[in-house]
Amino acid sequence: MWLPPLAPSIVLLGLFVAGPILWCFYAAFTNSALSGIAARRPRFVGLDNFTTAFTSPDVAASLWLTVVFVLLSAVVGQNGLGILLAVFMQHKGKVLRGIVGTVVVAAWVLPEVVAAFAIYAFLNAQGTLNEVLGWFGMSQNWLYTAPMLAVVLANIWRGTAFSMLVYQAALSEVPSDLVEAAQVDGAGPVRRFWHVVLPVIRRTVVTNLMLITLQTLGVFGLIYVLTAGGPDNKTQTLPLLMYEQAFKFGQIGYGTAIALVLLVLGAVFSVVYIRSLKAEV
Amino acid sequence: MRARTIAAGLAVAALTLPLAACGGGGDSSSGDAKTIKIVYRNYSDFPQMDTFMKEVKKQFEAANPGITAQLTPVSSLDSDYLAKVQLMQRSPSTAPDVLFEDSFNVNADAAAGYLLPIDDYLAKWPDWNSQFIPTTKQAGKAVDGKTYAVPMGTDSRGLWFNKDIFAKAGLPTDWQPKTWNDVLDAARKIKQTQPDVEPMYLPLGKPAAEAMSMQTLEMLLYGTPTKNLYDEQAGKWVAPSKGFQDALGYVQTVMKENLAQTAAQAEDTQWAQTQMPLLMSQGKIGFMMDGGWYARYWQDGGVAPWPNWSKTLGTTKFPTQNGQAPGNVTLSGGWTLAVGASTGNPEASMKFIETALNKENSASIDVACSWLPVREDVKADPRLAATDPTEPFWSSLVSFTRYRPTLAEYPQVSNAMDVAGDSVVNGGDPAQAAQQWAKDVAKAVGSDKVKTG
Repeated sequence: MWLPPLAPSIVLLGLFVAGPILWCFYAAFTNSALSGIAARRPRFVGLDNFTTAFTSPDVAASLWLTVVFVLLSAVVGQNGLGILLAVFMQHKGKVLRGIVGTVVVAAWVLPEVVAAFAIYAFLNAQGTLNEVLGWFGMSQNWLYTAPMLAVVLANIWRGTAFSMLVYQAALSEVPSDLVEAAQVDGAGPVRRFWHVVLPVIRRTVVTNLMLITLQTLGVFGLIYVLTAGGPDNKTQTLPLLMYEQAFKFGQIGYGTAIALVLLVLGAVFSVVYIRSLKAEV
Repeated sequence: MRARTIAAGLAVAALTLPLAACGGGGDSSSGDAKTIKIVYRNYSDFPQMDTFMKEVKKQFEAANPGITAQLTPVSSLDSDYLAKVQLMQRSPSTAPDVLFEDSFNVNADAAAGYLLPIDDYLAKWPDWNSQFIPTTKQAGKAVDGKTYAVPMGTDSRGLWFNKDIFAKAGLPTDWQPKTWNDVLDAARKIKQTQPDVEPMYLPLGKPAAEAMSMQTLEMLLYGTPTKNLYDEQAGKWVAPSKGFQDALGYVQTVMKENLAQTAAQAEDTQWAQTQMPLLMSQGKIGFMMDGGWYARYWQDGGVAPWPNWSKTLGTTKFPTQNGQAPGNVTLSGGWTLAVGASTGNPEASMKFIETALNKENSASIDVACSWLPVREDVKADPRLAATDPTEPFWSSLVSFTRYRPTLAEYPQVSNAMDVAGDSVVNGGDPAQAAQQWAKDVAKAVGSDKVKTG
């Protein structure tokens, strides 16, 4: 009896989600290309794309950059800053909460490309930051001298709002008698947070980490607009490498193989988070 | 319960039917013989094609009542246009009927089955046999001997130099460098005398893509004793080669001595397209190694209008490495119009191309884009030299010009060149980059299709 009402969504999901994923699995084992003879008659090449990927220094470098990007910008940056903002704003006045909230959420509301151009305008050689630093003789091209830092900052700026909102909701659910009891027992603000609040919102922390990690793994537009993966591939995370191979160099088969590597990386992160959720403190 | 099942079934149908309709509707855009879809690039740095196509559409629809030419401009930088169009071509429902295509990609797209051989139609077009210059027809001819595209214009490459800056540096204003070193020395002199001027520009960096591989690396490579990227007689790609390593060495010298744009500028995705023509017009660049079509950027309506450009700028040929015969190098490419293989109306699509590239229209697009004419009767058009006084110079280079290898694998070899060039721009070692390039080429074309040179 459950099937008929679900059928439409199953059909749609099958067509637009499962279909492309299955096609991706198939294409990763072919030499499918955007043009040339391989576009007309893709050949089955077995594990060739994967052996190329796993022996390629480019893929190894990209894998490492992706992990660094996720750890710095999502796990440390967005997550850490999000929880800090939420904690500090918890018992503050309406006006302050309103102002900080608006400023933080503004970056989240902007479409990805607009946000990326905003930060490009801020960081590029003739950008706002350099104009200001120029007064002190310290201007430089940040997108060239510190490209990874630039994209990490951009992603923190853009994504912190999500973590902040999640933690604001979670903190408001923490029973206040619990915190007050700890206070009566003489616990300072840091101990109260660490030993009382954090254990209560532990599940939220893990869920938030999972969501922002998966989101950050897939970040493409932000980096593409800022650095396009350069200079010298210093910001070439897996999504950018995948795009370059599949669409710039036309190697669809190889590109989809890299997409599967990305999928596995996402799965590894997810498993780590889910396991930490199961382990009882 | 029965009624419920039926209702659910209807709901499913209601949801999926529009999908089916989508598929059908999509097909009709190219299957429908009454509408032909025209695909070309339209961007702030290249508005000329849009203006041109709108005019051609008007003429075509007036002459062919009942048939609609649906203009489908693709908004993108040159480097993204190719991928966008190839993705459209993969599905018959989005594939173009008439396509604005870079000549270097005709072979790959023909091999992919995206393009329609048009020899039969061309045979019936008197202009094709009487007016189109035979050498330029090669642009649309594939390795299988069939013709897939009609050239719109061609081009040639050399050096543009700022005479004011040269005079200040004590360099001749009728500059004629004989070797690569002459070129580098001129840059060094400009650097010494005018520190706030960037001595030279040449397409570099990942964002330059095909421009770096063709206009920089191949221009250099073709002027070395290696001479070739592809050995026609042996039927093999020349990789690894001393010439390619030397070309990378030239780039290394330029970067190390800060003679050209900085690596940061080269890697900026917007700089070359938006800043370069402007910097040149502001007298901030000594000379540049690029194509003759640059004139269009400085003309009225270009990205950096500059009334005095033809008086301030001189043009000269690019030399071979050590001045060896034939003394100079230039490369030609050009853009074409092709017919999509899945077109529902090849006759109308060909008619559109015949209208777009008749004498009058061919002349107007060559003038607008500062391209060199591919028709005999356009060559004499006074508007060409009137709007672009350097046109006769760029035309004269065609007598000794070379073309990129017309093979389906070329785009892949060129991509590998970009990777090698980009690594040297960022401080990589030319010898190592050249070795890696040779490996990438062997992988792309097959290790039995390469030779050392």
